[in-house]
Amino acid sequence: MKKVKVDPKGVLTGSHYIDGDYAIAEGGLAAGCRFFAGYPITPSTETAERFSERIPHVGGVFIQMEDELGSIAAMIGAVWGGKKTMTVTSGPGFSLMMENIGLACMMEIPLVIANVQRGGPSTGLPTLTGQQDMMQAKWGSHGDYEIIALSPDSPQECFDLTIEAFNLSETYRVPVFVMTDECVGHMHEKVVIPPAEEIEVVERKWYEGPKDKYLPYKLDKDGIPFMVKAGDGYRFHTTGLTRDERGYPVINAECQSVVVPHLVDKIINNADKIIMLEEDEIDGAEIVVISYGITSRVAIRAVQQARKAGIKVGTLRLKTVWPFPEKRIKQLARKIKAFVVPEINYGQIVLEVERCAAGKAPAFHVPHCGGWVHDPNDILKVIKEAAK
Amino acid sequence: MKKEDRLESKNPMEGFLRMDRIPHIWCPGCGIGTVVTSFTEALKKSKLDLDKVAVVSGIGCTGRVAGYVKLDSFHTTHGRAVPFATGLKLANPDLKVVVFSGDGDIFGIGGNHFIHAARRNMDILIICVNNFNYAMTGGQVAATTPMEANASTAPYGNFEFAFSLPYLAEAAGATYVARWTSLHLRRVTKSIQEALAKPGFSLIEVITPCVTLYARRNRLGDGLNLLKYYYDKSVIEHGADTRTLDISYQGKLVVGKFVDKEKPTFLDRMNEHMTKILGDKYVKYGE
Ligand SMILES: Cc1ncc(C[n+]2csc(CCOP(=O)(O)OP(=O)(O)O)c2C)c(N)n1
Ligand code: SF4
Ligand SMILES: [Mg+2]
Repeated sequence: MKKVKVDPKGVLTGSHYIDGDYAIAEGGLAAGCRFFAGYPITPSTETAERFSERIPHVGGVFIQMEDELGSIAAMIGAVWGGKKTMTVTSGPGFSLMMENIGLACMMEIPLVIANVQRGGPSTGLPTLTGQQDMMQAKWGSHGDYEIIALSPDSPQECFDLTIEAFNLSETYRVPVFVMTDECVGHMHEKVVIPPAEEIEVVERKWYEGPKDKYLPYKLDKDGIPFMVKAGDGYRFHTTGLTRDERGYPVINAECQSVVVPHLVDKIINNADKIIMLEEDEIDGAEIVVISYGITSRVAIRAVQQARKAGIKVGTLRLKTVWPFPEKRIKQLARKIKAFVVPEINYGQIVLEVERCAAGKAPAFHVPHCGGWVHDPNDILKVIKEAAK
Repeated sequence: MKKEDRLESKNPMEGFLRMDRIPHIWCPGCGIGTVVTSFTEALKKSKLDLDKVAVVSGIGCTGRVAGYVKLDSFHTTHGRAVPFATGLKLANPDLKVVVFSGDGDIFGIGGNHFIHAARRNMDILIICVNNFNYAMTGGQVAATTPMEANASTAPYGNFEFAFSLPYLAEAAGATYVARWTSLHLRRVTKSIQEALAKPGFSLIEVITPCVTLYARRNRLGDGLNLLKYYYDKSVIEHGADTRTLDISYQGKLVVGKFVDKEKPTFLDRMNEHMTKILGDKYVKYGE
């Protein structure tokens, strides 16, 4: 993994009062994203608007595509053209992108998609919040593969985690999702953007060997293949079909048994390096509240009240949602009485918590069907019940 | 001749094809290989730096072309070759990007992308093999199937109106539009050569026999019979009004170059416009 200083042209150093959507655009620009293909959708559109306004001053391309199928296809093409690329969307657009997210996984494409979630299903609640695409982020495209998903809880984190998303995508050659939501996307807060010299990013894993020896999917020591870009004389081939090291299609079970485990293992085997958690008062806790995004901010209130009522509550905030922190949940399950999982959906991440806890500690869900955040009292009630 | 000999004996194509991937998957008598030959001929004549030519295909029998040409080549998803090519071209404007795909891929599932890329005058060349059906999946009806023709999902004959590809392309904004049959090898080559030399959105439609499905189902005989049909029924009418180019079942095939005009490309427009509005503050792209 080679780290480099960022191009200062993209970095809007200073202290800004902006919303999460804008912060995502600034994070992308700071990370070196110079190609944005998008399609407007509430509540994510402000990111595209911001990018379209800023990119002429930075040098790059913003293109509003005809639909989200086009956006993601153009992004994959742009990566092979040598660019760092991102887009932003919400539920309906995320659904449309799913087939080519699979292509990006198969072709091992570094790219970043921010999903500013709204309430679903279907057109649902265009202007109101939700956290209902969390499972879709992991399972939405067909076949077996792994992706990375992060979940910021503030505009500042929208900026920071978008840069981190680019770094992870380049390190593992995988699509990375910034799974935020309408509340964080439209929340205005102070965002501090550091000077360019202080931001380091992961450089694409460029191949530097002899031209005729290049194999697009030959794994390097770290398990990640090298990349080249079109036009540099490698005359390489790549496909969405199951393929060998040369990138040539090989349609049989044997080749599949190499490709699929690779796509999965390159993420799962590095989960410890990828996963970012924020924990508070976990030692000695009887209850651990697991949450992510806006819900972790709402849960704080419930946690404080529960602590006042004498319940030992710890919190665990998932900054990385996928890969899931399986190990950590397993450890905690052996020590605590119960998990409490509030999320703005009818039970998604709680299923993962349950799976990892494997019966050692129950997971109490605090559902919300979207449109607004939880009433902290609803979370408090469940904490009290879990502590009984 | 064995399948593998047919291509390998043509040494001239060697530098242009991935010989390690031959034999190809196409049926004996399929016209797609002929169009690939025209393409490689055109590349040779064009004297382009082949390192700077990229081919993008979608999915289908024609979609397999990307897998055989020895260029930077991308086999993408069904219908998405055009937006993929859009991203590739915009990310690296030095490239000459060619989309090589089927009628179903480009005008069925991918039709929306086609018209928008044409509207933007994206600098890409589209070579569309029109075999009047969805061949790879077994000969289903397509947006290009002539009325009355039989297809596996139109077992009583097709009753829908078909797209006229040149008309659609011109209306959407393409700057170069030609139609040939795969029998017109030299003409196809020349058109590809012209389009490669021309910045802007180009469509070359090549009507091509699908012997195994379309021809068999419609009892049109073997590859030779189809070529004879192309020979007897095609009329060259350069500059023909694209409104008059509908294809009826086994009817006349008007071929030729219909559109060849100048218009700034997407990137030309972007740079021109942003410079006009933002002046020195605009960071010019791709120059
Ligand atoms: C999203 C999606 N839908 C359907 C298919 C199945 N499919 C594969 S090729 C094809 C049709 C190809 O037709 P065309 O583009 O005309 O190519 P041809 O085989 O005729 O050369 C279809 C429907 C697919 N691969 N992906
Ligand atoms: S099915 Fe038709 S189009 Fe496909 S390879 Fe055979 S002849 Fe060609
Ligand atoms: Mg076809």
